[in-house]
Amino acid sequence: MGIFFFIPLLMVLAVSFASRGTDGGVEWTVNLTNYAHLADPLYLRIYGRSSGLALATTALCLLLGFPLAYSIARAPIRWQGIWLLLVMIPFWTNFLVRTYAWIFILRTEGLMNTVLINLGLTTQPIELLYSDWSILIGLVYGYLPFMVLPLYAALERLDSSVVEAAWDLYATGWFVFWRVVLPLTKPGVVAGCIFVFIPSLGAFITPDLLGGAKTMMVGNLIQHEYLVMRDWPLGSAISFALMALVLLAAMAYFKTDGRLDRLERGG
Amino acid sequence: MVNNHQMHTSRNRKWLAAFLCVASLSACQPSPEDGLKKGRTLYYFTWSDYVSPDLIAEFEKQAGAKVVVDTFGSNEELLAKLQGGASGYDVAAPSDFMVSIMARQGLLAELELEQIPNATLLAERLQRLPFDPDNRYSIPYLWGTVGIGYDSNVIFPPPESWTVLWDPRYKGRISMLNDQREVFGVALRVIGQSLNARDPAVIGQAKSKLLSQKPLVKTYTSESYDQLLISGDVVLAHGWGGAVARAMAERPSIKYVVPKEGGTIWADCLVVLKTSRNRDLAMRFINYLLDPAVAARTTNRLRFASSNRQAKALVDEQLRENPAVYPLDSTFDRLEWMADLGDAIRLYDRAWTELKMQ
Amino acid sequence: MNRGRIWLRSASLANLLFLYLPIAVLILFSFNASRLSATWQGGTFRWYLVLVEDQALLAAVHNSLVVAVVSTFLATVLGVSAAVGMERLPAGRRWTVEGALLLPLVIPELMLGVALLLFFVMIKVPLSLVTVTIGHTVWNVPIVAIIVQARLQKLDSRWVEAALDLGATPWQAFRRVTLPLLTPAIIGAVLMAFTLSLDDFIVTFFTAGPGSTTLPLKVYSMIKSGVSPEINALSAMLVLISMALIGLSLLVQRQRN
Repeated sequence: MGIFFFIPLLMVLAVSFASRGTDGGVEWTVNLTNYAHLADPLYLRIYGRSSGLALATTALCLLLGFPLAYSIARAPIRWQGIWLLLVMIPFWTNFLVRTYAWIFILRTEGLMNTVLINLGLTTQPIELLYSDWSILIGLVYGYLPFMVLPLYAALERLDSSVVEAAWDLYATGWFVFWRVVLPLTKPGVVAGCIFVFIPSLGAFITPDLLGGAKTMMVGNLIQHEYLVMRDWPLGSAISFALMALVLLAAMAYFKTDGRLDRLERGG
Repeated sequence: MVNNHQMHTSRNRKWLAAFLCVASLSACQPSPEDGLKKGRTLYYFTWSDYVSPDLIAEFEKQAGAKVVVDTFGSNEELLAKLQGGASGYDVAAPSDFMVSIMARQGLLAELELEQIPNATLLAERLQRLPFDPDNRYSIPYLWGTVGIGYDSNVIFPPPESWTVLWDPRYKGRISMLNDQREVFGVALRVIGQSLNARDPAVIGQAKSKLLSQKPLVKTYTSESYDQLLISGDVVLAHGWGGAVARAMAERPSIKYVVPKEGGTIWADCLVVLKTSRNRDLAMRFINYLLDPAVAARTTNRLRFASSNRQAKALVDEQLRENPAVYPLDSTFDRLEWMADLGDAIRLYDRAWTELKMQ
Repeated sequence: MNRGRIWLRSASLANLLFLYLPIAVLILFSFNASRLSATWQGGTFRWYLVLVEDQALLAAVHNSLVVAVVSTFLATVLGVSAAVGMERLPAGRRWTVEGALLLPLVIPELMLGVALLLFFVMIKVPLSLVTVTIGHTVWNVPIVAIIVQARLQKLDSRWVEAALDLGATPWQAFRRVTLPLLTPAIIGAVLMAFTLSLDDFIVTFFTAGPGSTTLPLKVYSMIKSGVSPEINALSAMLVLISMALIGLSLLVQRQRN
């Protein structure tokens, strides 16, 4: 598996140092101009905005996903697999179709507004579609199961007696969660966050369809450079920079976490 | 603990069994390859929905070969895949500007026009096109214009200028294409310039115009504006004629216009790829698609005008008269082909990114 | 404690509703007589009939399922072994491997797809469903490995030690002790890998050969001409069939007990 991955990766890395040919082929004049482009304030704004959105998505997924994963982990063993399947089945339908369904729900005269107005909860329709909010909803929806699954895997082995002891110790649920449950399931939480944050950064269909293409996220930028501008070198450079940043952060986390873990387990 | 373990394993086995059931069920489905084992296969790489199954079946019977259709969603995807080295396709359907790029990249095979007699039936306006005047590599297949689709119940009198897209009365009910060249093209025409401008100052002016328009725009979309017109979410849509024609069928108050400042004319062309192993079969297929009767059926279904001048007579009358499908003769002097801009495209790219990030 | 449980239950229920809301909408629209989802024009079974006749689409679904099953299987085998192998490594080397493992996930899919295409062309492997499967496996392996590892990390090593003390070989210890304990994580990982593979578009687009279409490829290219309600019908069928299978397995389980 290593070969299939690393060699193509190296090839693309090599391309990132080249420049764009006249028609978007690759002209092999090695230079760093592409990487210099990265520091462009316009691009920095794009990274910032995308990271913010991705972080919000991850936080929301964690917030929503945790109770769900917890309930499934607590359910009778016979039912756990079934609940997991039920969570995943919506995502065996096609992504585009699901996104169009959301457009229908969030539209000005869509399902959500019709229900809200009929229930009298609001008089004016809420314009959610084609804004950052709808992008957020779309991303959270798309990646929620990818937070739930790793969380479930970690929560499943949580010993209920430990949790009960914690309830005796700390009166409020919040403390139980923060001091006991969370640390014990940390690897699962981290895995879930990785599986949500990274794809959210690179998403481009959701911002286009649900956000009305009124903003550019990193995913849109990379797609734009690769496909529309046919500038593979610049696209590669941006991808690599993105990759390097996330990877460094993750590895820094693993390094410290691993060390602490080693201490905990005593060897 | 042992009980748990046993239940875990048996549950595990159950899911494995279920998986295998699904897998074997799916394996039982008839494979399309079983149909025509002998004979050659033609691989057609094209836009979704461009060719209907009955046309394929007809050609397969005529030529005694099999046709496999793969689809792409944008010219850029097509190019990227071919540039990456993918081979095995025989015929493709790139758009006009993409043809010249592909030709320059050496991806196209030269056509032998004797094998494509229907090519002589090209409509006059589509002969000697700037990107391939001698039809060395490509033959125009379907064509049309880019203009404004609008709801005539809301917008009256009928708009004549692109500036209607800047009208604050329609704030939040305007959609633009999500295409950097086309959107800038609109702004450039409004300030009296060509779609293919290269001057940075001119592009900068266009950008300012677009920035001032952005608050009025509901969405930038190249796909869903027909739906938005039908549902009434949008009353002015920048779009391709064919899609607006589709919207017209569902909502008769929708009309189409190519404003007085001018519009883009586009054509999707049929090409044979250099890596094709079935060149004569490929050209025979192209000839088949360009047959007047076949072309007329395609136009009736897709609502894009055919390049074949004899096909027009065979097309449904309402489509023939529909300016969204067959552009009016009066518009022709205002239409421009999109040209490749070389390095100037970088200026557009930057301006487009700035527009999006505002 | 009860209050906590009620809150937990209702939060989970709300989540499930959230997950199924668009599904309900898409099922509704699979019965829409109009081809465009902008308006409702009366109920019809037409799209289901079109679906059953559509050989090309069914073939694409078949391809998608086969690729998903195979790549999930491969990824599970490779991923579990990777996770187990990593646990044995000393801490220093481990985080390098963990970082390397993350690589396929961090890369934007577009880049991965292009890189794989360039690679396959370079080593002169013709594109086909096989290359698609390889591509899917490349990012599925880290997913499986990370999920399994999340659980493995916190696993009490005393169980394995006890087994070894009782005379089991390392392989037996793995099969009878570690593996069953890992089962929930493996199930979760398999589900995730399968789901991701079913719906993948970009990597598939670049690594697919002529004629090896999968469902997402067909659907994404429809985006310009409008996604036919046939796809809604297909998605609705998938959901219904999966639910039916679940119902079936529940019945079987109930009979057993």
